[in-house]
This record gives sequence, structure tokens and C-alpha cells, in this order.
Amino acid sequence: MTKSVFLGALTVAGIAAGGAYAGTLDDVQARGKLNCGVTTGLVGFAAPDANGEWEGFDVGVCRAVAAAVLGDANAVEFVPTTGKTRFTALASGEIDMLARNTTWTFSRDVDLKFEFVGVNYYDGQGFMVPTELGVTSAKDLDGATVCIQTGTTTELNLADFFRANSISYEPVPIETNAEAQQQYLAGACDVYTTDASGLAATRATFEAPGDHVLLPEIISKEPLGPLVRHGDNEWGDVVRWTLNALITAEELGVTSANIAEMAAGSNNPEINRLLGTEGSLGEMLGLDAEWGKRALEAGGNYAELFERNIGENTPIALSRGLNAQWTDGGLLYSPPFR
Amino acid sequence: MSDISFVRTEMLPEKEPPASTVGFIGWAKANLFSSVLNSVLTILSIVLVLFVLSGVLPWAFQSVWNASSLTECREILKATYGEHHEGACWAVINDRWVQLVFGFYPPYPIDPTMYLGNPPEGAWPAYFRPIATFVLILAAVAPVLFDKLPRKMLIITAIFPFAMPWLMWGGTVWFPVAAALGFAIGYFAFKYLADIVGELAGLIIAVVLPVIWWLFLMGPFADLMQSIIALDIPVVESRKFGGFTVSIFIGVVAIVGSLPIGIVLALGRQSDLLIVKALCVGFIEFIRGVPLITLLFVASTLLNIFLPPGTEFDIILRVLIMVTLFASAYMAEVIRGGLAALPRGQYEGADSLGLNYWQAQRLIIMPQALKISIPGIVSNFIGIFKDTTLVSIIAILDPLGLTNGIRADAAWNGIYWELFAFIAIVFFVFCFSMSRYSMYLERKLKTSH
Amino acid sequence: MTVMTDPPKESFRLSMLIYDTRYRAITIQVVALLGFAAFFGWLIWNTSNNLAALGKEPSFRFLWEPAGYDINQRLLDYNSQSPHIRAAFIGVLNTLVIAVLGCITATVIGVLVGVLRLSKNWVVSRLMAVYVEMFRNVPVLLWIVLAMAIMIEIPPGPREFRGDNATASVSLFGTVAVTNRGIYVPDPKFDGGLGDLPVGASSTDAACAAYYDGSEGLVDINPACGTFQISLDFLAIVALLAGTLYISRRIKQRADDIQEKTGDRPTTWYIRLAVVVVPMVILLYLLGLYFTVPELKGFNFKDGLHLRNSLIALWLALSLYTAAFIAEIVRAGILAISKGQTEAASALGLSAGRTMSLVVLPQALRVIIPPLISNYLNLTKNSSLAIAVGYMDLTGTLMGVTLNQTGRELETVLLGMLIYLSISLTISMAMNWYNESIKLQER
Repeated sequence: MTKSVFLGALTVAGIAAGGAYAGTLDDVQARGKLNCGVTTGLVGFAAPDANGEWEGFDVGVCRAVAAAVLGDANAVEFVPTTGKTRFTALASGEIDMLARNTTWTFSRDVDLKFEFVGVNYYDGQGFMVPTELGVTSAKDLDGATVCIQTGTTTELNLADFFRANSISYEPVPIETNAEAQQQYLAGACDVYTTDASGLAATRATFEAPGDHVLLPEIISKEPLGPLVRHGDNEWGDVVRWTLNALITAEELGVTSANIAEMAAGSNNPEINRLLGTEGSLGEMLGLDAEWGKRALEAGGNYAELFERNIGENTPIALSRGLNAQWTDGGLLYSPPFR
Repeated sequence: MSDISFVRTEMLPEKEPPASTVGFIGWAKANLFSSVLNSVLTILSIVLVLFVLSGVLPWAFQSVWNASSLTECREILKATYGEHHEGACWAVINDRWVQLVFGFYPPYPIDPTMYLGNPPEGAWPAYFRPIATFVLILAAVAPVLFDKLPRKMLIITAIFPFAMPWLMWGGTVWFPVAAALGFAIGYFAFKYLADIVGELAGLIIAVVLPVIWWLFLMGPFADLMQSIIALDIPVVESRKFGGFTVSIFIGVVAIVGSLPIGIVLALGRQSDLLIVKALCVGFIEFIRGVPLITLLFVASTLLNIFLPPGTEFDIILRVLIMVTLFASAYMAEVIRGGLAALPRGQYEGADSLGLNYWQAQRLIIMPQALKISIPGIVSNFIGIFKDTTLVSIIAILDPLGLTNGIRADAAWNGIYWELFAFIAIVFFVFCFSMSRYSMYLERKLKTSH
Repeated sequence: MTVMTDPPKESFRLSMLIYDTRYRAITIQVVALLGFAAFFGWLIWNTSNNLAALGKEPSFRFLWEPAGYDINQRLLDYNSQSPHIRAAFIGVLNTLVIAVLGCITATVIGVLVGVLRLSKNWVVSRLMAVYVEMFRNVPVLLWIVLAMAIMIEIPPGPREFRGDNATASVSLFGTVAVTNRGIYVPDPKFDGGLGDLPVGASSTDAACAAYYDGSEGLVDINPACGTFQISLDFLAIVALLAGTLYISRRIKQRADDIQEKTGDRPTTWYIRLAVVVVPMVILLYLLGLYFTVPELKGFNFKDGLHLRNSLIALWLALSLYTAAFIAEIVRAGILAISKGQTEAASALGLSAGRTMSLVVLPQALRVIIPPLISNYLNLTKNSSLAIAVGYMDLTGTLMGVTLNQTGRELETVLLGMLIYLSISLTISMAMNWYNESIKLQER
């Protein structure tokens, strides 16, 4: 370790120019670890427990990729990032992928040179207010004090929304969700705005969740998804299709409970292709045939990840909503495995 | 004329002093209530202290130490002290103190992937390595700080800069040995070659040879030795560092690393060479003119851009580099103060002995200047140690950074004061004892002059 | 026979560059300079390579694009459509505000505590020692966070001011509202003000004035109306204050002269006070000064001057933290003055307070100033921790949101460092100049 660190700077200098970003997949396999960027802590999405084990919905995606690529769901280094450091960490190659509820936007995709591989959570920016204020619409918020996390797209959406409706507000910029929660509960701001999932998750942990309402307005589209560096399509494909595998598995009814049975062979060719008993999808990705099976074994399919981390039986209690399968009226729609 | 005047022939026994001037009352009168202003100040102070204590003490002591979540804490508080009691929930410290101290450092780093749960067979005690590192720090620093200790302990101090990274990061022991060999090479090259090729050429060779060694030969040498005699401990990546371990680690590395750079900068700043001086002054003033947080931004966002493509320094290492540079500018000023405090006669004495610049520095000036600078260095260290909390802003999980992660755990969501109070107390204990030491040292140095 | 010969002319040999001390200095310097230039060039070369690989081209053009975010505390007009550079400038102003406020309060508290620590009153001196040690030995970031938490948790929220059975009320005869969103104080306004002076305007027609009527909320920035507005009222007040203070100073000098000549000092304090106060009162009356009192309207207090929580927390924490260091400096400065000075002063019959203010402190000042400068610098630099409480200073705007939204790390961070560097250098130059001016005049 020390050697690679100290010599790394000096010896790698001449060799690696230009080629460094070419083969993330090879890098990850050579390293034996996946470096995955996550938040420093967001309830339900990523947080370390008392043993230092990271848990959460975004963490589940990282683990699935690690399992697919390396065959070990624990072969992940979780790199905590802030809103400020996340893109630099990815661009500089410090992390291989970023799963940090990051909104897919034009400028991030095009200008910042990243590639969003898909959407693992369809979100939108909402408002939470105490019931006692009697506010029923975000348009009633003229003059309100609004708590908002800095360094996110929510900040810009908020400015746009209030400007478009010609009402004024007082922004209170805050670094982290925990901080925002404290200010909101103490009444230092009237409204807390962030992604609706975050609001629901935050409200669920209050002592009296019933005293707070989410306003009906959703003022933005926030497709949150994992992203990788621009220009490394092989690696992008691996992450993209791992995410799609999780979604497709739910659609096809493959769960961590029945996967062993399904992997023995089933009548559905798509399941067979997904689990590697038929066709050579894994080979095309540069992986082995069982990559999809391992990704699913890591934490189950999309539905299982959802239910375990943020679903209705957890304190966060999010309903599937937009994140249901397209067959159930949601937006989750994975391209076919063919 | 009869003698009516009265002359006392024997001494009266001593009277007790008035009750109002002795004992507690007398002391209080003289010290606390000597004037109106004083009395007002005294009463105000006492009221303030009582007010603060009456708020803090019940909160701190009528509290819960054992609970698994904040909700449970609140229930226990309600059941024990009544409905409206606001008590601390120290259970969060109880639950997470290991993490706050050691971060994510694997407790049993035998096999890096297997560090949770029960200790593996034949494992060292939990957190052996960070604890050993900490003990090593104390052992290495002690002979520098207390000159009553045997001088042989300085050997530990010399080994320390190589042993500490090895203990923390792991890997083969031959690597730090090889790094240390570089210094030995330089030393011997100077010692034996200086007579043959002359002082200056010897010095240049003594610098160039180790550099060549470190750049090109050290790695293969360490690999070779490792393949002959395998002596290694499991590697722990610096991402696993966290909590107070990372604060202490960054602080110590920055101070140790800044010492040589600071000496060079201080000498450069005092030098007659115009360009050298300008470069040193420019560097020092630049570093001292910008906030540390901007340097940390450089570490987190720009350093990888400044280095050759493909260089992968992890964030802790980058922070170490920037904090060391930061500390060295301040160190240079401390050492400059030490140099300035030396009497002129020391320089003249060295000159009259016919010593050249480097000999004078090495044998006469530096030993004394560094000794005078120790209090300054200690307070520098306190400053750096406190400033390590800033790394939480760039997502390194130092104690402050961890509070965010802990509060994002559904069980402890909403906790606040307890975590910050704990962190503040730990910092206070560390910094206060160090500042006491530096005061003691200052007093000692004062009397010896 | 002796023949005078010139000493053999020493021809320059290459080895003299190393062995001749006259040339060696030059050699070393040239090597150092070349080394430095090479290192710098290496950095730039790497940077351009890396940026090329990332497909980014260094450019400051983004600074003139709309920022898109709002800033709560703004001393100049700003809205989300203003360019990034203006946001950065608002940030610089906020940095300066906190630096100036912090330095003033830190000095006041520091001197007070430093003097009180030497008090004979045991309780007071102990209490001050506890304060100093407590603040010096805990990281300033922690103090800032804690100060913010106190500001949020302890004062009542605006809700509690509302309704008939309000649990909180506006203090100081209904003029100051202390809430957990900050403190609202009366806001001075001018009825018959002189208006604003646009700077850098291409046209100053009446339409511009309508934009800058001082009302808060959505004000569109008309690019034709200049980049900055300077309040003429403010200028008038500052000019008057400077003028009257100068006159007051002259009166004092005259009194000094008379005292030198006759030994009697004419009582002038009321004249001096009047010279300053009376014209100011008249000017303020002419300008139509009035105060708007904070009033609860809708969600928040309106009409008052809003000192936000983030400002107060940062201000409080920074000044208390720095004051602890200043107190130690002051104490050391006072102890450095020989006891004979104090004894001589009390022999002259000066009271303890006057001894301190007339004899000891002025002398101690010379010892105190240099370390005080570096503490002011530290405070200014520490103000960059504003980010922890969401105070939108330079770190929060340019190196925070702007960096985030544009992804221009190199440009924003370097520009930010440059600005901090110039602020620091300006402060240290100003303070060094002051230090020179109060130096002991040695004859």
C-alpha cells in the first residue's frame, strides 16, 4: 500500500498519461475492490452502522456492481463524498462510480462529462411544512423562510420556482440533511425543501410525524441515478446493465429467495439470459456468465433493495409511487436482456 | 510631683485579628468584595456560574447511558425522571465511541476482508495497531519534551517517522526500512565522500544518491527483501482511518513532516541570497495568507489535477500533503523566532571557530534554536490538531464528520448535543494538557537564561 | 631590481561557480530559480494535460453567466439571475462584514478578559481563566457549530410571538425581536434621503431609480443602472462624521497646548461632544431619519434589520474564540510592563482604573499589537468556516455553490485563494502601518 502510494506519484507519471481512464473495468478487477462514492450519511440511502458497515439503497447498488464484477458484494470501498467533492472524486478517478442520489441533468451529463447509466430512484423536489401553519400550497409560501441543502440542484429549482411565481422567500442554506432537520424542527425555518423521498424519510424519524405535511407541489423532476466517467463505455455498460438486471429481475419475479432455483434453468429465456444459463451476455460485458446472478444475490432485486432500505416496512416508509414497475403504472422500465 | 504616668511594663498578649480579616471571611473581603465594582463582579460571576451549572448538570447527569436508539433513550428518560425532563442521551457515545475513536479501522486486521464480528484465531488485541501507534507517538515525543528521560530513548524518536506509517498503513516492513536506508546512504556518502571530493560535492552527492535510491531502487529492494524474508502486516487503506485516529494522525504527520521543511524555509528566509529568500518569503506568506479550508479544497479537488495524469493519491494522503505544507509555513515562523532569539554571540562564536555555514547550523545554531522553539512547536501542534476538524468539510470522517454519519443512522437521528459535547471534551483534554506542558516549558526556559 | 608586475589576472573558470564564494551565491540562486521554474512548469504542464483529458478548458467565462441561486444576506442588489461574479462579490462583502465585526468584538472582549484575568478578585480571575482555556482548547469549528445550535434551540420561534396567548414578546419596548431565525432590530431609514449614486452606469435616467427603491424582494437588476449603488445618505453621514471628528481633535490639541503653557486644562469635553453630536442630529433630521420596528407579518418578522442566525453564530463564535487568544496576549503585554510603572502611577495618586488605562495599557499596546495582527488575520481566515452554518461568504458562494453548479474547481478555488490572499495582505499591511505609527519614538 505505502509503496503504491509513494511510488505511484513518481513512477506512474510517465507511463499512464492518457491511458489512465481507458479501462476502469480492468482497474477494478486488478484492484479487487470497487471504489464507490456515497453520501457522508443520508437516512435510508447510505450511512455507516456502529460496525462501520455501510447500509442503504444507494449502497445496495454499489454492492450489486461489486458482486457482478468481482464476485464479492463486500469488495467495495465506500468513499464518502459531499456535494462539492463528489464530481471531482469521480472525474479524477478516485472513485469508479458515484451512487449518491445525484440528479441527472443536462449540464452534468454534457458539460461536466459524466455518464448517467440509468435511474434508480425517480424523485422530485417537494416541500414540508408544519401542519399548524395551515399552508396547503407552495404558492402560499410568500415570505417564508426555507431550509435548503446547498450544493444540490434543489437550490436552483427553488430559486426558479419562487421567481416564476413572483413570490419572495428567505433561503437558509444548510450543508447536511441532519442539520436541516434540526433547524426545521426547532422552527428556524418554516419550510424544508429537498427531494420528496428525503422529506418523507426525514419526517418518518420525527417524534411526531403527523404534525408535518408534505405540500402537493412537486416542483422539479429529480431522476436520481448512478453515474460514471464519460468516455469509458465498457465500464458504463457494466454499471448500467447491473442496474437494469436488478430492475428486470423484479419484473421477471427473480428474487434472492428463488434465484438458486431459477438459475437451475427456467422456461423463460430472458431469465436464463439474465442469470447466465443461456446466451453469452456476460461475455459481451467482459464478465463471466454468472454476473447477473451474483448481482442479484448481493442484495436481491430492485424491489427487495427498496423494501429493505426505504420501503413501507422501514421507518422511512416510502411507497413505490413512480418507482413501481411500468407494468404496475410506474416508470421503471428496463430495456430487454437480449 | 508624683509619677502618675502609666507605663505598661509587660507586653499585652497578642490579640486575635478581627474576625473580618482572617479566614474565609477575611479572604473574601479582601479578594471578592474590596470595592463596589468588585462586589458586583463577584456576584455577577457567581450568578452566571450557578445559572450555567443549573442548566448543564441535571442534563449531563440525569441521563441515559444504555439504550440502543434515541427513541428508547427518550422513553427511559420519561420513565425515570418524569415527563418534562431534558436529559442527555449518552447512550449514543456508549454505542459509537469505538467508531469515534478509531473510525473504520479494522479491529483485527489479519485478513483485511474479515474484520467484523468475533476475533479470528491468534489475532492481536482489538485495535492493536492504532493503539500501538499512539503509544509510539508518546514514547517518541517524551525524550524530546522531558530532558530528564534517558537520551537513549531518542532512538525511538528516530525510528518513529518510519514505524508510524508502517503501523498504520501496514504492508511490508522492508519498505520503511528501505526508506530509512536512504537517509543512511546520504549520511555515509557525506561522511566518507566529503574528504575525497570536497565538502560541497560531498553534500550534493549526499542529496542526489538518496533521491535516486528512493525513486528507483527502493521499491525493487523492498520487493526483493520481502520475497527473501517475508515480514509484513495486513494493509489497511487510509480510507479506513477515521475518528480521533485520523485527527491525531494528520496532526502528528503534519508536524513531523513540517519540521524539516520549516527549518529549510526559516533558513531560506534569513538567507542573504535574494532569490532564495524571495521564494521562501513568498511561500510562507502565501500559505499564511489563505485559509486552511481553501488548501483543503485544493487537496480534495485540485491536487490530482496538478499531479501527473494517472496519479492516484487517496484523499487522506492528499490532505496530509496540504496540511503538512500549511504547517510548515507556520513552523518556519516559529523556528525563525527561535533563530532570532539566539544571541548574536553564538553565530560569531561559530564563525570564530572556523565553522562553515552548514557546520555552524548543524552543531551550534539549530540545536539551540530548536530547543527554544519547542513551546512554539507544541502550540503549533495544538493549532494543527484543532484545525484537523476542518477535514470534515471535505468528507473525511473525522469525529465531526462522523457525527453526520451517526445522525443519519435511523436509530440516532435527531441526536445533537451529546456528540458535540463528547468531541469537545476530548479535544479539550488533549489540547489543554499540551498547552499546560508548553507553559511549563516556557517557564523552565525562562529561568535557565 | 624589482619589477612591478600586475598580479596575475584571474581568469574565470567554470569551477569557480562552485568553489568561489563570490560566485557560489549566484550559482545557488540560479539553480533555485531554475528548480522553482521547472517545478512550476511541471505543475502547469500536468494541469493542462489533465484538463485536456477531462475535456475541460480553463476559462473564466462562466463568471458572467447567471448564478441561478439566491443569497439571503446581501449588501448589494442581487437575485438569482445575477452573474456568478456578482455572487462572488456579495460573498466577499459578507466575508468582510464578519471579519470587521469579529475583529472589533474580539478586541473588546479580549482586552476586557485579559485585564480581568489579572484582577485580584479570585472568582472573576478564575472565571476568566476558565473561559480562556475553554475556548482556546476546543476547535473553532466546533464552537461555530455549537453557537449555531444555541441560536437555533434557545430563542423562541416566530410562531411563539403569534396569537393572543403568545409565549414570547418583542423585547426592549417592542423594538428588538430575538427569535431562532436571528435577531430583528430597528432599521434606520431616510424619509428625505438623497438617493443612490450608481457607479459604472452607462445611463442614469429616472427609470433606474425605480429599480433601486430599497424595497426587498424581487428586484430586477437593470444592467444600464450601474453595477453598484452607493448610498448618498451614507456618504453624507460619513463625511460629516469625519469632519466633526477632525474639529473635535483640533479642540483637544488646543486644550493640550493651553495646558502646556498655563498648567490649567480647560474643560472641553462638552464642546467636543457637541461638535460631533449636534451637526449629526441636524443632518439626520434633515434626511428624515426614522426607524422601522420589526413586526410579525405572515411567516416572519418584517421591516426590521435582520441579523441572521448564521451571522450571529459565526460572529459570536469567532469573536469569543479569538478573544480568548487576545486575552492571553493582553495579559502577557500587561505583565511585561515593569511593576515600577504601576507603583509610580499609584504614587501619583491615580486610581487603579486610570493606572490601567493611562499608564499600563498604552505601554503594553506596543507589545500587544504585533501578535494582535496575526490574530486578526486568523479571525479573517477562520471566517471561511462560515460554510458550516450556511453563512454565504466567499467560501459559500464562489467556492461553494458556484463551484458546485459550474464544476469549475480550478478557476473558482484559485480565484478564491487569490481574494483571500489579497484580503490578508491588505490587513497585515494596514496593521503594520499602524504598528509603525505607534512605535516608541526613539530620539
